[in-house]
Amino acid sequence: MIGQLTKAERQYALLILLGIGLCGLILGIASKDDPLGIHGALIGIAALAGVFKVISIYYDPEPDDERLTRYYDDPTKFGIILAMIWAVFGLFIGDWVAWLLVKPDFTFDAGWASFGRLRPVHTTSVLFGFGGNALIATSYYVLQRTSRARLPDQLSPWFVLLGYNLFCVLAVTGYMMGITQSKEYAEPEWYADIWLLVVWVVYFAIYLRTLARRKEPHIYVANWYYMAFILVIAILHIVNNLAVPVSFGSAKSYSLFSGVQDAMTEWWYGHNAVAFFLTAGFLGMMYYFVPVRAGRPIYSYRMSIISFWGITFFYMWAGSHHLHYTALPQWVQTLGMTFSLMLLIPSWASAANALLTLNGAWDKVRDDATLRFMMVAAVFYGITTFEGSFLAIRSVNSLSHYTDWTVGHVHAGALGWVAMITFGSIYTIVPWLWKRDRMYSPRLVEVHFWLALAGAVVYVFAMWNSGIIQGLMWRTYNESGTLAYSFVDSLIAMRPYYIARAIGGLLFLIGGIVGAYNIWMTIKTESKVLPESGADAPEPVLGGEAVLQPGE
Amino acid sequence: MFGLHYRLERKAIGLTLGIILVASIGGLVEIAPLFTIHQTVEDAPDMRVYTPLELAGRNVYIREGCYACHSQMVRTLRDEVERYGPYSLAVESKYDHPMLWGSKRTGPDLARIGGKYSDEWHVAHLNNPRDVLSVSVMPAYSWLLKTTLRTDDLGAHLKAQRAVGVPYTDDMIANASKDAYGQAAPDSPYADGVTQRYGKATNVRAFDGKPGELTEMDALVAYLQVLGRLTDAAHKSGANATR
Repeated sequence: MIGQLTKAERQYALLILLGIGLCGLILGIASKDDPLGIHGALIGIAALAGVFKVISIYYDPEPDDERLTRYYDDPTKFGIILAMIWAVFGLFIGDWVAWLLVKPDFTFDAGWASFGRLRPVHTTSVLFGFGGNALIATSYYVLQRTSRARLPDQLSPWFVLLGYNLFCVLAVTGYMMGITQSKEYAEPEWYADIWLLVVWVVYFAIYLRTLARRKEPHIYVANWYYMAFILVIAILHIVNNLAVPVSFGSAKSYSLFSGVQDAMTEWWYGHNAVAFFLTAGFLGMMYYFVPVRAGRPIYSYRMSIISFWGITFFYMWAGSHHLHYTALPQWVQTLGMTFSLMLLIPSWASAANALLTLNGAWDKVRDDATLRFMMVAAVFYGITTFEGSFLAIRSVNSLSHYTDWTVGHVHAGALGWVAMITFGSIYTIVPWLWKRDRMYSPRLVEVHFWLALAGAVVYVFAMWNSGIIQGLMWRTYNESGTLAYSFVDSLIAMRPYYIARAIGGLLFLIGGIVGAYNIWMTIKTESKVLPESGADAPEPVLGGEAVLQPGE
Repeated sequence: MFGLHYRLERKAIGLTLGIILVASIGGLVEIAPLFTIHQTVEDAPDMRVYTPLELAGRNVYIREGCYACHSQMVRTLRDEVERYGPYSLAVESKYDHPMLWGSKRTGPDLARIGGKYSDEWHVAHLNNPRDVLSVSVMPAYSWLLKTTLRTDDLGAHLKAQRAVGVPYTDDMIANASKDAYGQAAPDSPYADGVTQRYGKATNVRAFDGKPGELTEMDALVAYLQVLGRLTDAAHKSGANATR
């Protein structure tokens, strides 16, 4: 995998790994009986494993310069594999905690196995493990093709990919040990946050350095989204994670903000993690893979401009709709609601742009499950963004907030949009990366598609039902003017829906396992290898014409 | 406009700056004023800080991810006020670094749980929720009763809290570990210091029913029993007061 590193890069890699190992050692020593020590050791072991790997290829012959005429796809390949591992793991944990709400005693009397600690393990694994790896892997791929330039070097892409996964592992193992900031979707503690920041800066540097060497005059729309994803996540990450550690040897830190300011910062972050991680990043994916798979240019260049800047501007105002009727000043709530409604325009423009791109290729959607994954993703994107704007209306939110409706909404987006567009993109990219003429089994892609769709629909319908019932029960009065139901009454009413949700999640998980198996077999089965060609010729290259072609 | 964009999208740095500029506006307008507009957080002169034991309990609450299923924010809605108590004020979480308002109620809101149930009830419920309520879906936290609370670093915790703006005094920081012990051991010589430093109304009890031993259960119950009781402001304010 890392055989293409030059001698100098191998030396730099060793230096970096030694530096990381040293940091791990220092953390391990500084922490006395704090769980931070375990993380110090983990960082040390990861660095050591890296050192061994680099040494094992250290005396291999240098790669020849012929490699520079081809794109650098080794990190993308590894990233796709990592994404699928995280997907199966994260979906498994998700379904496990769903069953915990049906059978709460499945915790073995152990802290790490209880719902509260496993829930962030699930969210981090699927959002950051699966989604993040897929974004990094595909962004390397798309960036090179749309710029017609090779990545600037061979070390920094590996640094970003593996460093990011170290962050994810620190996060997930930390939750199980009880290390958490408790900020939703920003749970990792200070040292992991600093590490992610370093990784992220290098990630954006790769982008700028590659773009600087591009042979296309225009930066393709997919890259706008990937760039917005990297940049804005950096801003959000820095501000929301400002904190003072208890000591250098302690994993625990206290947020710089408190109360209402902290709540607003957290949901400004939280909602825009949705916007720039789960939306912008994956729109980048969509803007490349939908047109190449369908063999059609993007429907409208102008619509993509409007939706890009609309999303970048409007989303950042919308976070306060998570805080309707709370102690947050009303003017901020009103702004959040207003911008959430306006968001529908750029959101639907994106969804429409994707679906209209399929005009003239609907026969392919019928026959090709991979393209169908992406079509369904665009539909779910449209549904979820409509639902999001709807739920942001204050009076609707008074019913839906704190209920399972929120959970249903998130999963409509996460399962229906994020996961589907990712699976579609991965099924597109895997045969190209490994030079196969097709996936190992197109039929299994079909099976995965229907499992994923059924799972998502069952899940979302279950949560819509439970959420609305919950919300109504909490606010129902009887004739004498007192509350009709106790909280426990509403809890009992949830049970059938919790079971249905867990079954929906199980279907989605099985689909993920089928997909992982299919990808693994595609990689392993060498019989259908395409003849190696000098310049990656078999892949359709999106040129400037396709970018600039307005649909009108 | 599209002509302008046609030129902009040929410049990586221009695009980068454009994204940063456009994305920064929303946060600046919505968040920055919350630190400067005085009315954002009400005045509550009687507001007290968490004792070291309550802070430790809060950290247990955070560690176990309780916030994933319990909110601490009663909204300004009639049914919520009748179900849970006076709606929450911003000042009540003024010393909460970070806030634990939550986003989901798989279980009920806890903003006003303090004093609503006895210590014994909380201990039994945390030990195994199904002993108290057969249909509960909450995990059992039986190990809390068996785990000794770590107190040696509580001074450092208070110091870090002071660094982010919570008014802990030198005296409080110096006695943090002793106060944590004293609050759960009413007959010990350390008990008086707690009420001296944190006020007469502070709960000083053997929360887990075992006076000699300081467990994580003591800390968590002490925290739960003080939720909504750091200040009376909510009971006196506006619509809450007329109810």
